[in-house]
Amino acid sequence: MIDRRDFLKYGLAAIIGTGLAVTETGKVIASAGKSDSVRWTFLVDTTKCVGCGMCVRACKLENEIPYDVSVSRTWVERYIVKTDGTFIADSPMAARDGFIDNVVRNDPDKPNGIIVPENEIAKAFFVPKLCNQCDKPPCVQVCPVGATYQTPDGVVLVDRTWCIGCGYCIMACPYGVRFFHPIYHVAEKCNWCYHRISKGMKTACVQACPFGAREIGNIKDPNDPVTKVIMTERVNVLKSEYGTNPMAYYRGLDSVVR
Amino acid sequence: MKNHAYRPLYVVIAVIVAILIARAIMVPKDFGIQKQGYMYGWHRLGNEQDWKDFKVKHRGREYCKDCHPDNYELNANSPHAIIQCEDCHGPAIDHPDNPPKLEINKARELCLRCHAKLPYKQSGRAWITGINNDEHNPGMECVTCHNPHSPVLN
Repeated sequence: MIDRRDFLKYGLAAIIGTGLAVTETGKVIASAGKSDSVRWTFLVDTTKCVGCGMCVRACKLENEIPYDVSVSRTWVERYIVKTDGTFIADSPMAARDGFIDNVVRNDPDKPNGIIVPENEIAKAFFVPKLCNQCDKPPCVQVCPVGATYQTPDGVVLVDRTWCIGCGYCIMACPYGVRFFHPIYHVAEKCNWCYHRISKGMKTACVQACPFGAREIGNIKDPNDPVTKVIMTERVNVLKSEYGTNPMAYYRGLDSVVR
Repeated sequence: MKNHAYRPLYVVIAVIVAILIARAIMVPKDFGIQKQGYMYGWHRLGNEQDWKDFKVKHRGREYCKDCHPDNYELNANSPHAIIQCEDCHGPAIDHPDNPPKLEINKARELCLRCHAKLPYKQSGRAWITGINNDEHNPGMECVTCHNPHSPVLN
């Protein structure tokens, strides 16, 4: 028969032992894979973007995203901040065909669109968006089957053969990057053209941009030009309050951009 | 062991065994916790290679250089040298085998992507030569006057 003293002694030892084991395993798991020499990062210079949408076109054709469907792995947003402090934004067909006029069509109730007179525009600019390949991706955490995951070089991929199409990841992404692929009916997302960057090429959008508004680099290489900009210039990330540690950095990011 | 009270137990054991057998058959051998740990790395390892093997379609302007040296050279010395051939002509893929012909798009909308004048001073559009689509030779193809490979008029 166990007495009270032994019960407390062994009980306490068991609790402490379990706790230590769990934390130590956690540390081992957390440090796993962090020693590799490549961690992809992205730099978007919003001051250079002209809203031509060539990046979106190239992305859709490169990654076989049905061209005439409104879903896209990447898109370009137009922001018009008015002198009264309000702003309107749009991204028709993900800006696949660029912004070729000053008509904002973001309201189904106004089929003719909205034209903001030039004297009411305080500032107006374009912001390219794509997957942030977060260091702590919430979309991966919620996947119930292990169909989406982070590679050792930091890119979040979707296993099309394993995805069950539950849509949790689409809800979990704070950046609205994920969508259902209209043909495969599984979760789809930007993967920074993993097939290109792993061959030493640039992503389709980076290559297609004539203005250098998009750049991809390796943040573990201190001599990488993109890393140098991120380390030495004023850059920002989207929605840092979510704690996702996004790895796409933005230059010239305005506070109206979400 | 003739007690009928054990029968549900046999059913449960049979279901568990069936599930374990099904899992052993259906889950790929390379599925598991990979380098990124349980929270972010729980996946089928072979899928990384599946994505790496995805077909590259945009080959870059150097792919076009050897067969189209005239247009390549003309373009390289113009303000349009910053634009990739495939931006306007579409992805080369394995051209000329597949596809045998690439797109030649003479629509005004293609040029307007950059050259529509928009009053957005804080954007990159501000420093590009822009036109008003309704005033600058409306309805005419831009290529009537401008060579897209070297667009500046003498």
